[in-house]
Amino acid sequence: MNAKIYITLKKGILEPQGKAIQHSLFDLGYKEIQEVRVGKIIEIKMKGTNKEEAGNKLKEMCKKLLANTVIEDYRFEIDPDVE
Amino acid sequence: MLNKLQNMKFGIIVFPGSNCDHDCYHIIKHVLEQEVDFLWHKDEIKKNYDCLILPGGFSYGDYLRPGAISRFSPIMNGVIKFAGKGGLVIGICNGFQVLMEASLLPGAMMRNKSLKFICKNVTVKVENSSTPFTRNLKDGELLTIPIAHADGNYFADQKTLNKLKENKQIVFKYASPDGDVSDDANPNGSCLNIAGICNEEGNVLGMMPHPERCSESILGNQDGLKIFQSILSANSSLNFSDKSS
Repeated sequence: MNAKIYITLKKGILEPQGKAIQHSLFDLGYKEIQEVRVGKIIEIKMKGTNKEEAGNKLKEMCKKLLANTVIEDYRFEIDPDVE
Repeated sequence: MLNKLQNMKFGIIVFPGSNCDHDCYHIIKHVLEQEVDFLWHKDEIKKNYDCLILPGGFSYGDYLRPGAISRFSPIMNGVIKFAGKGGLVIGICNGFQVLMEASLLPGAMMRNKSLKFICKNVTVKVENSSTPFTRNLKDGELLTIPIAHADGNYFADQKTLNKLKENKQIVFKYASPDGDVSDDANPNGSCLNIAGICNEEGNVLGMMPHPERCSESILGNQDGLKIFQSILSANSSLNFSDKSS
């Protein structure tokens, strides 16, 4: 199965890369933009687990290594249909 | 001018991508004239050391986050054990990031507020001169030490920051040449202008500025040497953790 993990800086923490992009988009005429935040996507291919087990493992991976929970939030999507 | 108090044994942890390891080695071996070994990150700590140094650089290419992967190098178990027993550990720049990822120090580093890699001399104010790393300095003393990092924007939540203040764990702050701890003197956006902190026990220090790059007269600046000399004099007196208990 495939998993996509989204890692973003916690809400309320200034994200300077997003700010710079926000200004640039604004300058390009996209005046409706209110906020831009940049994060990471990690794609993981896993084998031999059911969705629930995969979810537990992914949570563990995020806490241990993939995200730094002092500054980052994480969430993930699991697609069990992908071989 | 060197105060050769006694022999100390230093270990410098070398990760793939460390690049200030040789600078640290040179200062310890040739300037301080102390014993020093390189310790490869895949190995165990086999000898007795008085102080371990986690040097600057880009361990594992800063992949994922600076220090995130190095924190799981086999040698880190030994570093955590050593620190737990009160051994002196100093993490410089990337070494500081590794120590935070390993939870030996609180907080995390974010990308510099300017998004730029900053390499320049900064003024650093000593906020706590009672640590083993600053005991030869005075509170409020100003040092000029270079920084060289892209991720030195120290962050911790308010609760942690309050705790750092209460326990006097903030060791260095970025300041103006006059000693003002102001936003203007903050090169990277760090909370409270933090440039260096220690753990509650005081035996683990992390700092973003590079003292090993300013510890020789030929380099025109020896302010960094004051930190290394403090470590030497700390080792010759009572163990810090004994003193504080």
